[in-house]
Amino acid sequence: MPTRLPAPVSHGRARLSKARGGRTLAPMEWRDDGIILSVRRHGENGAVVSLLTRARGRHAGLVRGGQSRRMKGMLQPGNRVEATWRARLEEHLGAMSLEPVASHAAALMMDSGRLAALSSALSLIDTGLPEREPHPEIFDDLAALLVALEAESWAETYARWEVGLLAELGFGLDLSACAATGVTEDLTYVSPRTGRAVSTEAARPYRERLLPLPAFLLSPRARAGAEALGQSLRLTGYFLARHVLDLHGKPLPDARARLERRFDTAATTGTGRVGEGGADDILANS
Amino acid sequence: MQEIDRLIQLLARLPGLGPRSARRAALDLVRKRESLMRPLATALAEAADAIRTCSTCGNLDTADPCHICTDERRDPTLICVVEQVGDLWALERAAGFKGRYHVLGGVLSALDGVGPEDLTIAQLLARVGGDSPVTEIILATNLTVDGQTTAHYITERLAESGVRVTRLAHGVPVGGELDYLDDGTLSAALKARQAL
Repeated sequence: MPTRLPAPVSHGRARLSKARGGRTLAPMEWRDDGIILSVRRHGENGAVVSLLTRARGRHAGLVRGGQSRRMKGMLQPGNRVEATWRARLEEHLGAMSLEPVASHAAALMMDSGRLAALSSALSLIDTGLPEREPHPEIFDDLAALLVALEAESWAETYARWEVGLLAELGFGLDLSACAATGVTEDLTYVSPRTGRAVSTEAARPYRERLLPLPAFLLSPRARAGAEALGQSLRLTGYFLARHVLDLHGKPLPDARARLERRFDTAATTGTGRVGEGGADDILANS
Repeated sequence: MQEIDRLIQLLARLPGLGPRSARRAALDLVRKRESLMRPLATALAEAADAIRTCSTCGNLDTADPCHICTDERRDPTLICVVEQVGDLWALERAAGFKGRYHVLGGVLSALDGVGPEDLTIAQLLARVGGDSPVTEIILATNLTVDGQTTAHYITERLAESGVRVTRLAHGVPVGGELDYLDDGTLSAALKARQAL
């Protein structure tokens, strides 16, 4: 599991002050670590940036000059920033100023597989997380994923990150023992109803209705082939769609579907063999 | 005054102009009615009638196919893929490319709901297939997450065509100072270093 990062940079403040003889609200202001999820043009120069912050969850704000040449490099999804948000009232969109911390996007852009995983992770968070609801663990896990995507075993790390995301959102899979018999060996399926593992023996009568459980999800350092990675994404995709996205009336994001297709294509075209470097060497160039 | 208000409203919709600057531009046009306003109106009307989108590459021109697609001196084996017509114009200004172009009309974007069917990717594949003389596709999409996602998608779609797919180099711009470059550009420049 990724290391938990320390508490927010600083706490926000909202105080009442006297001005011009009357009580007026002082501007809301906070500073926090953030990861850019998406950027939308606003007018000719501005941009509405959606961030995942550590202390305030998914939070949007207007970045003035966000379309300028100077800012465009920083405002790429996946980059880590230090954000300062100001608004007169808490419910306002507010203005955001950002300072770059780490340019993850640039490091991943040249590799199609890693870029697909980055887009998939960000679009899942941007679509599935409610706005302004703190999820510090999800922030820390995403921050750790952004670093891990540069490593050789990025595909397995991504698949495990989705399992972790489900757990953080309260829909964790229970892969510790068979739901029917209690055995802890030979767990090869997951029940779509309960999210609990099922052994090969117990699954036999219902196999058609169960979701395959790829073995690499049961051991933290195991490598996986493209077929197992595809199975893993179908497994987590089923629960993400059912428990997380259906609530918002949204389907799985296109970027997530594209990543799943990559694994499936690599598996079916025979390029999904797993060599010394796991699926990485194949998927990176497929 | 209705006519002037309408003129100001329309001018304010142009990029770089707000209501104030549109008002100034409208006043200037009215003052220079014969020398500027009428010729501008004529030029706008003529351009609106004459300009069309090239059915081959997506460029804007008065002819279809455009003058680039019909230019015999240009190399028909090279196609440079760009996001917008503005990018094509930028490459033409640089005068370093003597092949032909393909304008995608945007980039894949999950946020804006732009999928492959909204771009001219199918037309690009058609230009490459069959007895096409094309041997190399140069992907000149912007170095953004969406731009590179689009480039990778096109590369995958072209994988079986046998055409060589290349992309523009990324790194230190001419006149650029290392101290002012962002981390991403610097690391891309280091990765793409060349022997002297």
